[in-house]
Amino acid sequence: MKAYLTRAYMFSASHRLHSEAMSDEENALTYGKCNNPFGHGHNYRLEVMVSGSVDEATGMVCNLADLDGFVQREILERFDLENLNLRPEFKHDVPTTENLCTAIYDILQRGFAHAHLEKVRIEETMMNSFEYAGASNIQY
Amino acid sequence: MVYLTRKAEFAASHYYHNPDLTPEENRRIFGKCNNPNGHGHNYTLEVTVKGEVDPRSGFVVDLKQLKEVLNREVLDAMDHRFLNKEVPEFSTKIPTTENLAIAIWQRLASKLNSAQLHRVRVYETPDLFVDVFGD
Repeated sequence: MKAYLTRAYMFSASHRLHSEAMSDEENALTYGKCNNPFGHGHNYRLEVMVSGSVDEATGMVCNLADLDGFVQREILERFDLENLNLRPEFKHDVPTTENLCTAIYDILQRGFAHAHLEKVRIEETMMNSFEYAGASNIQY
Repeated sequence: MVYLTRKAEFAASHYYHNPDLTPEENRRIFGKCNNPNGHGHNYTLEVTVKGEVDPRSGFVVDLKQLKEVLNREVLDAMDHRFLNKEVPEFSTKIPTTENLAIAIWQRLASKLNSAQLHRVRVYETPDLFVDVFGD
């Protein structure tokens, strides 16, 4: 039977929502407080869902040590305690949590080979969360 | 189609060990979880069933009956147990969260009368959970 494993991680980062494609007035209208030029921060909760058949020898979809190691190296070290606007991933994109979801999905999709990536979910605050599952339209 | 989720909690101990592997391989793959004395978790189980709403009762499933099945098939067998030694599925399979979710699916799938099992989700900790859908 196929199993879907989800692991959660925390990281903290600052950002400012501001689009070069808009006038200052339009930015202020669109992003409100999030457009403050000094930026602000969040404690993000990241969930990574991977899937696969369960390995007979280990009982696992993938070894958690491999997933934890990859996320630590490739995601947390990149974004934790950083200003997202200054990161190359957001040179052209506004660091909304939507774009953060797709950026993290792409990093995992390119580099994590131990299991099939299903979905990335990020809670920006307790009140809002975002999910990205690539081309998959699977429902959970 | 309406989906209904019932939650339950149980506490159990386990350890990870494959007798076909050497002690060194077991330690390398399973790390601290290979300690033969075991360790425990407070597991949270979420069982989601689906079905059409019965026009007479307004229910997808009789919750009382679902609770009874959960208690009998899962909690009585696993709560405050050493999974490796006391739950038959784990005499041959390693009691990882993946295999635990599959074992619970198999215990429940044929026992639910009116509703269809949609998802079994097992939280080992708030930061780690496994879903199975029976596929």
